[in-house]
Amino acid sequence: MPYQSIVLVKQVPDTRHVSGEVMSQDGTMNRNALPAIFNPEDLNALEMALQVKEQYGGTVTVLTMGPLQAAEVLRQSLYRGADRVILVSDRKFAGADTQATSYTLAYAIQKAGVFDFVFCGRQAIDGDTAQVGPQVAEKLGLPQITYAEAIQGLDAEGVIVRRAFENGVEIVRCTLPCVLTVVSSANQPRPPSARRRIEYKLAAIPTEYPALLKKHPEFASEQALDASLAERSLKITVWSAADLDVDETLLGLPGSPTQVYKVNYVVLESSESKEVQATAEGIRALIEELVKEYIVG
Amino acid sequence: MADRRDVWVFIEQDEGKIADASLELLGKGHELARQLNSQVWALLCGHAITGLVETLHQHGADHVLLAEHPELELYRTLPYSRVAVELVKQRQPYIFLIAATPVGRDLAPRIASAVQAGLTADCTDLQIGDYTSRKENKVYHDLLYQIRPAFGGNLIATIVNPRTRPQMATVREGVMRRLPADPDRAGTVERVEAHFQPEDLALQVLSRQVRASTVNLKDAPVIVAGGGGVGSSDEFALIEDLANLLGGEVGASRAAVDAGFTTRDHQIGQTGTTVHPRLYIAAGISGAIQHRAGMDKSNKIIAINTDPNAPIFQVAHYKIVGDIKEVLPLIIQALRDKAK
Repeated sequence: MPYQSIVLVKQVPDTRHVSGEVMSQDGTMNRNALPAIFNPEDLNALEMALQVKEQYGGTVTVLTMGPLQAAEVLRQSLYRGADRVILVSDRKFAGADTQATSYTLAYAIQKAGVFDFVFCGRQAIDGDTAQVGPQVAEKLGLPQITYAEAIQGLDAEGVIVRRAFENGVEIVRCTLPCVLTVVSSANQPRPPSARRRIEYKLAAIPTEYPALLKKHPEFASEQALDASLAERSLKITVWSAADLDVDETLLGLPGSPTQVYKVNYVVLESSESKEVQATAEGIRALIEELVKEYIVG
Repeated sequence: MADRRDVWVFIEQDEGKIADASLELLGKGHELARQLNSQVWALLCGHAITGLVETLHQHGADHVLLAEHPELELYRTLPYSRVAVELVKQRQPYIFLIAATPVGRDLAPRIASAVQAGLTADCTDLQIGDYTSRKENKVYHDLLYQIRPAFGGNLIATIVNPRTRPQMATVREGVMRRLPADPDRAGTVERVEAHFQPEDLALQVLSRQVRASTVNLKDAPVIVAGGGGVGSSDEFALIEDLANLLGGEVGASRAAVDAGFTTRDHQIGQTGTTVHPRLYIAAGISGAIQHRAGMDKSNKIIAINTDPNAPIFQVAHYKIVGDIKEVLPLIIQALRDKAK
């Protein structure tokens, strides 16, 4: 029996590799120096969806909300095996917290069509909140399985999933449709396929057409390029707020209940600091001092 | 909106044992409620758990809301959120705190979405303060400051929820201090009915295996931690020897865990455990911000590193520039000599 899956992905700054170029001496940060990447656990979610499709048949639709540059993670998804990709993008979505984000995504998911599964990564590395998956599930009125590590069974009755935590595992059975948030230990995400890379190389959103035309002058005009991409299913769908049946007061920063009051750069310093010589005498004096201060018993 | 400014704390229990993180949070909830001249309520869900109520009173709960039902025996998202959402809608707490455990991180967003409240994940501090909204030209008094690391730990953000109630936050395990149990402290208990719809039972737990961790970093008086500067298992064994000698626990930075010297339950930092021991010895740890933020509140910090410019030295009280292969044996020897 085939299953229809929707995968939610996000393009994120690579916060795991904050280098000296990014952080300056006074603790301030140059965000633009961070490369934009496919959120790591979203790749695990995509892989799980692709495996369901390979084993049982069906389709995989990848959906992302973000700025226009996020079209790149959709191309990356096509290279790996996604059947359909959708970019949800509008200035009105900017500054959304998890509540406004999940509200928008829930409407986009409903517009994308009938589905059995929504997969997403457990959390995104730019915010580490792990809130969007459960909040999308609540807004869709569906059960959620967070920390999903493996699908152990799938039939008309529902899905059996292994959940993995730091201190244990749990096996659950759940009816479909449902929302799964996938952990990094779930699988080894496949790399882009060379064949699909060629096949989907031209996949683009309309704002990318001028750059694409420069590389491919064989298309006479943007109109010609658009017609050609549309015919070959390479035109990436973009939905704006107007395309979704949403209450616009619940979008973006104005629609977000949480507000950032202030941001501090992290400067950690001890009040006093002593240098201890790495010699037998130096260390002995240190231990004596610690004993005297009852730090060492 | 009610004038009362109640602080609620969700109490996580598993097979009749209350999660440490929930008791820690109850301590913080108690403190916040006193600042607001209000009271702290503990929401306890489960099956046959009445015996836990007294423990909650002793650790600071003024009131306990007790929901008992066979369907609440094992934690499941939908039955638990059904109970919590109905209560929140009826009673409109001012603040609702949940520990950022796997259970809390599953439950809190579900509740927040249902009651359309703002939720901040994984806070490391909570305070009460005023907030001026320039856009609305309005001052909000006594809001909950939800303080958390952001952007891979390189920033600390303070988040507020000016308009929605309750103000919800999940809170990192190990960063709050529980109140000592006071057998004289008493409180009220109120039983609440739990009713479920068929769709609440869409998920069944088929099996569960929870390993009790043998590592107790949070309560350790002394922690000796190794990092990326540890070159071999023999060197890591020196760290274990020193920890044993001091009656402490072995800690590790992410680099040491990734290198396979020890297991993830030893990891200290923003993606591991937050600790504040009496003595913290950082051996061969460079001190990425993610690590420092998990240990910089330690009473005394000794850092050993070959690089005199390693960031760990910024938080250290005692700075030893040297190779851990040489320095750790010297410390072990000095301690043995002292014991003679």
